[in-house]
Amino acid sequence: MEKRVTFKGWKLPLLLILPQVFVSAVFFFYPAVQAIWQSMFIPDPFGLSTRFVGLGNFEYLFSNSHYRASFVTTAVFSLLVTLCSMVPALFLAVLADRLVKGAGTYRTLLIWPYAIAPAVAGVLWLFMFNTRIGIVSWYLGKLGYDWNHVLNGAEAMGLVVVASSWGRISYNFLFFFAALQAVPKSVIEAAAIDGARFWRRFFTIVLPLISPTTFFLLVVNVVYAFFETFGVIHTITGGGPQQSTTILVYKVFSDGFVGQDLGSSAAQSVILLVVVGALTVVQFKFLEKRVHY
Amino acid sequence: MKKFAIGAMIAGTTMLSPLVASAQTEIQFWHAFTGRLGELVDAQVVAFNGGQSDYKVVASHKGNYSETLNAGIAAFRAGEQPDILMVFEVGTATMMGAKGAVKPVFQVMADAGASFDQDAYIGAVKGYYTDTDGQMLSLPFNSSTPVLWVNRDALTAAGIDADVDLSTWDKIGPVLDQLKAAGSTCPLTTAWQSWIHLENLSAYHNVPFATKDNGFAGLDAELAFNSPLQVKHVQTMGDWAKDGKFIYAGRRNEGGANFRAGECALFTESSAGYAGIKAEAKFAFDVRPLPYWEGVEGAPLNTIIGGASLWVMEGKDEANYKGVAEFLNYLSSTPVQAQWHQDTGYLPITAAAGDATREAGFYEANPGTDIAVIQMTTNTPTANSKGIRLGNFDQIRTIIDEELEGVWSGGKDAQTALDSAVTRGNELLRRFEAASR
Amino acid sequence: MALFSQDEPTGMVERRGAGLWLTHVLMICGVLVVFFPIWLAFVASTVTQADIVSPPLPLIPGGHFWDNYSRALFSGVNVPVGTMLVNSLIMAIGIAVGKIVISLLSAFAIVYFRFPGRNLFFWLIFLTLMLPVEVRIVPTYEVVASFGMLNSYSGLIFPLIASATATFLFRQFYLTVPDELAEAARVDGASPMRFFWDIILPMSRTNIAALFVILFIYGWNQYLWPLLVTTDPEMNTIVMGIKQMFPSGDDLADWPVIMATSILAMVPPIFVVVSMQKLFIRGLVDSEK
Repeated sequence: MEKRVTFKGWKLPLLLILPQVFVSAVFFFYPAVQAIWQSMFIPDPFGLSTRFVGLGNFEYLFSNSHYRASFVTTAVFSLLVTLCSMVPALFLAVLADRLVKGAGTYRTLLIWPYAIAPAVAGVLWLFMFNTRIGIVSWYLGKLGYDWNHVLNGAEAMGLVVVASSWGRISYNFLFFFAALQAVPKSVIEAAAIDGARFWRRFFTIVLPLISPTTFFLLVVNVVYAFFETFGVIHTITGGGPQQSTTILVYKVFSDGFVGQDLGSSAAQSVILLVVVGALTVVQFKFLEKRVHY
Repeated sequence: MKKFAIGAMIAGTTMLSPLVASAQTEIQFWHAFTGRLGELVDAQVVAFNGGQSDYKVVASHKGNYSETLNAGIAAFRAGEQPDILMVFEVGTATMMGAKGAVKPVFQVMADAGASFDQDAYIGAVKGYYTDTDGQMLSLPFNSSTPVLWVNRDALTAAGIDADVDLSTWDKIGPVLDQLKAAGSTCPLTTAWQSWIHLENLSAYHNVPFATKDNGFAGLDAELAFNSPLQVKHVQTMGDWAKDGKFIYAGRRNEGGANFRAGECALFTESSAGYAGIKAEAKFAFDVRPLPYWEGVEGAPLNTIIGGASLWVMEGKDEANYKGVAEFLNYLSSTPVQAQWHQDTGYLPITAAAGDATREAGFYEANPGTDIAVIQMTTNTPTANSKGIRLGNFDQIRTIIDEELEGVWSGGKDAQTALDSAVTRGNELLRRFEAASR
Repeated sequence: MALFSQDEPTGMVERRGAGLWLTHVLMICGVLVVFFPIWLAFVASTVTQADIVSPPLPLIPGGHFWDNYSRALFSGVNVPVGTMLVNSLIMAIGIAVGKIVISLLSAFAIVYFRFPGRNLFFWLIFLTLMLPVEVRIVPTYEVVASFGMLNSYSGLIFPLIASATATFLFRQFYLTVPDELAEAARVDGASPMRFFWDIILPMSRTNIAALFVILFIYGWNQYLWPLLVTTDPEMNTIVMGIKQMFPSGDDLADWPVIMATSILAMVPPIFVVVSMQKLFIRGLVDSEK
């Protein structure tokens, strides 16, 4: 779509677009190109010397079973976060959609966690599940279950998944609720007259109707799990135990800024770049379809 | 865009640059201490500044150990490095490898013409920070060593004599059995597992942690902590963990909370845990030497230190280095060191400071505070117990943490875990070697 | 996507009697589960360290509210939380305002002008969508360091403000502005900037406000970037500052102060979201589309 009416001149628009182009060039493109360039070197931390290794950093990464395992961890983590944030959100949205009165109040209460930073959410959940003083782990202990996410990889994964999903429930709820409200009442009423039960109606009629929203949320939540959950991992597990919660973004950070291995970190950035690219393509392919829907 | 301009202005004024120029030479000192330790450092700086008028030391806290090191590295790359940077012991090899970024302390002292007697420093402390020729590269600042903390009340409650012999791991085994049988939920816990149960274990029993004198003699060192002694120790701990006799609380000092709350009977932790335990523990406690294994030749030798040292950065004026030399000499002077040792539980870095503390009757008034000093100084360190100097050591410790967690959770046996840690750690050593070439 | 209306009866059939009550009960359970962590943090911020280290923590607040909060606000652990709040506020507002300003302008240029390189620039901006800061942290950090922007507000703000989402949102919006308005402005001989100030900007008000809410939250909740570029505690933002309050060595974690800080870190964004709920939801739905 283009405007038919436009203004003349080329100096003014260049001036107007300059700030964004400048910021993008300096803080986006230059660093991205640098990342690709640096991924072919092993520099020392102080920047005193550097050594060209070609694709050596990539060879090192892919020959490292722990880096490959990090891909699996990231996939499992993203899948779980997506599930744990979408299913409860959909359930709550369906409930809220059935209410005539009070839906607005529930919505106001449910959006709180969205405003809470992942890192802060991490601190809250860590506090509840702290192996010594956490209230949840204490009651679990009373029930005879010895909670220890410090040593048990599955529990650690569970904890970071729940902490990461928590705030996303609000987000997904808003989208699901909006989508449900937009489902034409006449369709549902027609089905009701046919005598279809509520859940049957839900699965056969409503769910397909809101599928565009569902697909959209799938992609958005995967992207979230990939890139925005760093704070949760950093505050709760630091990637452990035994790297069981080391997702790719966390590894870029820990290798680059804790381990001072800038070459490996840059190479990982490049790999992530490819992953983001793929995800973006998926997102846009889908968005295109959505427009035609 | 106004907002940014304002932001930038505020940023400018909040930086620690003084607006008024003075005749004094300013020495920037970046450290990692907060709270009580931070106050003690500030007090030392104030005293130094007040005692002379040529130099003014400005101390800034830069976050925890890792963050302080990162801040120093980043600042060096941006040409804004401090004169003195505090670096934790794990970062020693990184700093040593940075030729052109750091100025060795002995060099600083010699250039400044300052009196500097390296023999005054306690060997086991100094050894960690000297080169193969015995020259000091950085000035040890806060050093501690692991000891065994004992909850006497917990032992008594389990029907065990609180003065029971806990000098060896062999003797600790039955005590743990008794504690467990008496219903203890936490017979033994630890802090800093790699530091205490591998690095110190190796030094204490005179076995190498890594080849090439634990890395002191060359960048091509390889890890060696998968020998029978270490495997035996880790396997024993793993068995204890399986039976609920050893409780693992976390990679850092998480176990400290359990011990201070009175849950745990025995606790292996740094001697610098003293202040916290004294403040919080509502039970009678004891400090004992770190246990060793019977029948190992040369054991117990000496334990090694943890903590941080002060590195002098390159690229400053001669006047600055003179001031740095004066400040470092002030820090290691006997009264300052003795006070620091008594206030913090860190080791004195000079023998004279230890003697002064003893003469002042401090050890008698605070029993157990000298255990760490004795444990470190009774024997002469060997190549295996001088310290550890490995590149990427922070990451290697993380690998060790991960593999040990595998043993504690019962997923791996000790031999497999340590072999794997050695293999993975060696990869990092090779990367560090490649970067330093 | 349809916006919500609170009172109109919409949705599915079947909402009477027992079913209705069950729905309310389930809803309330859902809300309680979602709220529990926040409540617990609040309780922990009103009790003493001793109450916390001997579990279980009580579920009703204690009497040390002022004590803990004043300790957090005015002394903190590394730096007073008050300072961190100011830093967060400047960063969040800086990012929100910065993003909005540059995107308003660039979208205006792209929609209302034909100039050489227009397509190229459009695609360049579009590509930034693909580059979250996590992917380029090391080199971006170096750029910021080489500009001497470590530990500065500009270092916190600039690398995060060039995002394509806001530009796209305004572009979409401008495209819906009737051509007649621009035509009339041209006939009147008004300059493009006059048209921008008098027509476009006032019409964009709601969009700007909605976007501001979203971007404020985005800026406030940043973690990794402030963690890297602020090595000086005086420049810490509150979200990353909380983690710094956990001791690295042998000190004790001051839980009441840490939890009070967590609560303080949540209050501003929650206030913004709840008080500007309609704008927030609109911003969310629009900016993600």
